[in-house]
Amino acid sequence: MQDHLLSIVTFAPLFGALAIILLVRSENEEAVAKNSRWVALWVSGVTFLVSLFLWTGFEQGTSDFQFVEQVEWMPSLGLTYHMGVDGISVLFVLLSTLLTPICIISSWGAVKKRVKEYMIAFLILETMMIGMFCALDIVVFYVFFEGVLIPMFLIIGIWGGERRVYAAFKLFLYTLAGSVLMLVAILAMYFESGTANIVELLAYSFPVEMQKWLWVAFFASFAVKVPMWPVHTWLPDAHVEAPTAGSVILAGVLLKMGAYGFLRFSMPMMPDASLYFSPLVYALSIVAVIYTSLVALAQEDMKKLIAYSSVAHMGYVTIGIFAANQQGVEGAIYQMLSHGVVSAALFLCVGVVYDRMHTREINRYGGVVEKMPNYALVFMVFMLASVGLPGTGGFVGEFLVLVGAFKANTWVAALAATGMVLGAAYMLWLYRKVVFGKLEKDDLKSLLDLSLREKAIFLPLLLITLWMGIYPPSFLNIMSASVSNLVNNYEAAITASNAAPMFAQVFGQ
Amino acid sequence: MENYIVFLPLLGAFIAGLFGRFIGDRGAQVVTTGLLLVSAFLSILVFKDVALDGNSRSTDLFTWINSGDFILSWALNIDTLTAVMLIVVTVVSSMVHLYSVGYMSEDKSISRFFSYLSLFTFFMLMLVTSSNLVQMFFGWEGVGLASYLLIGFWYEKQSACAAAIKAFLVNRVADIGFALGIMGVYVLFGTVDFAAIFPQAEALSTAQITFLNFEGHALTIICLLLFIGAMGKSAQLGLHTWLPDAMEGPTPVSALIHAATMVTAGVFMLCRFSPVFEYAPFALEVVTYVGAATAFFAATIGLTQFDIKRVIAYSTCSQLGYMFFAIGVSAYGGAIFHLMTHAFFKALLFLGAGSVIHAMHHEQDMRKMGGIWKMIPATYLLMWVGSIALAGLPPFAGYFSKDLILEAAYAAHSTQGTFAFWAGTAAAFMTAFYSWRLLIMTFHGNPRADEHTMKGVHESPMTMMIPLLVLALGAVFAGWLGYSYFVGDMRAEFWGEAIFVLEANDSVEAAHHVPTWVKLVPLIAAISGIVLAYVFYMFAPGLPAAFVRMVKPVHSFVYKKWMFDELYDFLFVQPARKLGRFLWKSGDGAVIDAYGPDGVSALTRRLAGRASRLQSGYVYHYAFAMLIGVVALITWYIVTNAGV
Repeated sequence: MQDHLLSIVTFAPLFGALAIILLVRSENEEAVAKNSRWVALWVSGVTFLVSLFLWTGFEQGTSDFQFVEQVEWMPSLGLTYHMGVDGISVLFVLLSTLLTPICIISSWGAVKKRVKEYMIAFLILETMMIGMFCALDIVVFYVFFEGVLIPMFLIIGIWGGERRVYAAFKLFLYTLAGSVLMLVAILAMYFESGTANIVELLAYSFPVEMQKWLWVAFFASFAVKVPMWPVHTWLPDAHVEAPTAGSVILAGVLLKMGAYGFLRFSMPMMPDASLYFSPLVYALSIVAVIYTSLVALAQEDMKKLIAYSSVAHMGYVTIGIFAANQQGVEGAIYQMLSHGVVSAALFLCVGVVYDRMHTREINRYGGVVEKMPNYALVFMVFMLASVGLPGTGGFVGEFLVLVGAFKANTWVAALAATGMVLGAAYMLWLYRKVVFGKLEKDDLKSLLDLSLREKAIFLPLLLITLWMGIYPPSFLNIMSASVSNLVNNYEAAITASNAAPMFAQVFGQ
Repeated sequence: MENYIVFLPLLGAFIAGLFGRFIGDRGAQVVTTGLLLVSAFLSILVFKDVALDGNSRSTDLFTWINSGDFILSWALNIDTLTAVMLIVVTVVSSMVHLYSVGYMSEDKSISRFFSYLSLFTFFMLMLVTSSNLVQMFFGWEGVGLASYLLIGFWYEKQSACAAAIKAFLVNRVADIGFALGIMGVYVLFGTVDFAAIFPQAEALSTAQITFLNFEGHALTIICLLLFIGAMGKSAQLGLHTWLPDAMEGPTPVSALIHAATMVTAGVFMLCRFSPVFEYAPFALEVVTYVGAATAFFAATIGLTQFDIKRVIAYSTCSQLGYMFFAIGVSAYGGAIFHLMTHAFFKALLFLGAGSVIHAMHHEQDMRKMGGIWKMIPATYLLMWVGSIALAGLPPFAGYFSKDLILEAAYAAHSTQGTFAFWAGTAAAFMTAFYSWRLLIMTFHGNPRADEHTMKGVHESPMTMMIPLLVLALGAVFAGWLGYSYFVGDMRAEFWGEAIFVLEANDSVEAAHHVPTWVKLVPLIAAISGIVLAYVFYMFAPGLPAAFVRMVKPVHSFVYKKWMFDELYDFLFVQPARKLGRFLWKSGDGAVIDAYGPDGVSALTRRLAGRASRLQSGYVYHYAFAMLIGVVALITWYIVTNAGV
């Protein structure tokens, strides 16, 4: 099994989807729904368990790709089906396999129409996500990267809220604009280097001028996915319209694809251009942190607030990546992982009250703690993790990013640190409005606390959040060799070519 | 042993918090209070071992963060400085736990309250036992969280929720400074471990660092950043606005968190960093000015307030100012000495005030009290003890510590030291005045409460009186018991390596050689403050009103707390929300979306509409278009080839 572990993890969900298509048939709609749910849960659950072998079998201390599989695909073009993970990607695979079963459980009662198709979409989505993080051939990567969009588009467009069509179209338009450019860049890289193999591309040095064009093309695609300011406006709409599980996977995994792209392609393959454009990235990220935090303060819809907070948190990630030192990059990856868990949990928290009250308007709540003490506790922990309280996963990533940024440029660190206050402001405000206060509204008085199923969803996320806050070495040790390899190569490249950032004289340092 | 000291409260918090429903209120009280008492007992043993027998030690538990060379561990580090804090924290906390059994007996969520109290204690202990800056930050933010939870304990009250958020956010503003300071330390020293930082301080005392395009003395920049953090937690001038509002929390909380322990964390942090601050004279100067200004400013507000808890809160703020300017003149031992004595007498005052509030059916306004001293004589007596200690009359605790600080400030013989001495003396006068104003308004004169309340006035139960008694013992004896260890002959041995002072800066030594008038002036100031309070509130009750009329504008400025809240509301709070709304509607909506996706789709539709109009279906339209095309092509051909 060890030899094909990645393929098994990647395609098991797809087979599950096929199984649902082929086997789950009945005249009785109830039975179809029930069976689809169970098949999806089993398949994704087993996938998660199998993926744990990636964790246990992963060899720390080396930056080489592991669990590599390579089969010829289109020999005439030199394309291969090539999979493998390193310290940067392996944890994202685990994040994807963890969140999918949670999504499926959380949709158990919430999704009532077209359950079969819904489960199929989720399983296909899982395959696409995992494949994207494992792909070591740039064309295979592209296929998975774009493939993710299709099920997500359907999940929002079919099972979404009232303005789902607008949200889906916005998501599509933004993403399309970026991916067209990325495809061109991929072709250019292929023709320049003569290979589509990512491992070989990582070792290839592109001419500096070409790097800049490639960088911009990739940036167009990745920045939309992150999303960075000002191409972030699809996110709040997508989140608001998506069903709870869609938001969970969107915030938990899909937002990480762009930043993963920066780490896998932009930084190692175009180091000079990355350095050159780093002031641009800093500027956009800082705007993201401050601007979207302020916007979050003004929100009236819970999901929108958390969506905007995601943009701000991802701003830290891009800062960390382009600080290009050990702490910055590790902090960025850590921040992505913890944000993956925490924001997913926060959307689930919104889902819990939405399922009961069918509204996400903040003003319709207040005093929920009175009826739902367990919920209040769970929400509190994730709220604090989002705020970056030490002892939770949110702190480690944020702090390491700031340390890395401080090393690279103190302005960036100081400005980004304002997010510590703004982030706390909107989250505490949200919590106060929803959970605290007097229980006055009549319809809230019949609220029920967390059900057993909901507790089962939250408990693992809660434990992981605390684990990530108290004993980060479990995660940092896995990524450290790959990250230090990335950082060292980056530094060697820019020293060799004597590269400088744009506006170097303005920013000093 | 220190493992138990630190983690027993956490265990208590867990049990009371998660299993409160199973063990009941009584169970939660017994478990948390019992564990805290054990912890306090062990702290005393550790104090003897570490501070008196000189066995400092540090235990690493396990690695916390290891990213490149940014490596640090969870650790329990005990030296004299920590040992003193352990005693203060666990003793006051266990007394507050015990007191709360009585005080909170009618509350509906008792187990939650005790869980929070123990959780706070755990975070505070993690803060003081840290061996690196990041664990200190963990404790620092953790106590902030506990403070937020406890201020907002009565979450149904809007004002309590608002105060809780304010406390958290103001502290977070300061924490930006702390966090940047930690990063600066890491970049400069290459580590965040105290044991590795301090030996390098002297060698790096001339280093330069660039921070925000500003190149300057590295240690000064770092120390100032750390000091910003300390200012928030310790409610120093400018970042103090959260402390008075924090009185929304239950009174035992005010005693524990907002008087004795958490607010002194800033003082502790600066003392811990004495080996670095000693090489940053400008930073020390700033600390002195800020501390002295706070001592004075907060005392003025204390003169005018009517809420019994707010008077004590401003008093706390003012006393913290003393501790800071003590640090500023390098009298670290004096600062910690005052921290300890203050913890006892201020906790006593708060709990005493709580006893009064308890007796008066949760009335906090002193204008509605009076004439109750005969009904609650024990509380009355204990409040006297606390007030004497606060005013600094011999031989009570405050006399030793406060006078030493003032003498050290004078003995520093610097501009800022002299400023601090006079500001501190003026504050001492005001302190005595508002303390007796409080005593007289609360206990003497004609009863101003309604009859129903007056009938119900009663002495508090034993669970509340015993803690008061224990703290009163501290308020009476802690001063002269501690004097020779903290600041007297034994201090070098006592502190060991926990505190570092450059020979030239040793103001504690110099304080023992100041002229007699310097020793007398604060005492005279205190006594005249008391006398004046008697004149104003006992013998000539019409005088205060007349005086206030005389200085109306000044009084209302001071009464409104120097308008800080109004200023911040105008500068930050209102604009933030408005700006957020503006950016959302105008930035995201009217610009990005309108020119982005919405604009693109509208444009496509418009262009498509025009293009579809071309397809009219008439052959002559198409023929005409072809003709124009042919003409254009020929023209182009002729023009471009004309020159050939």
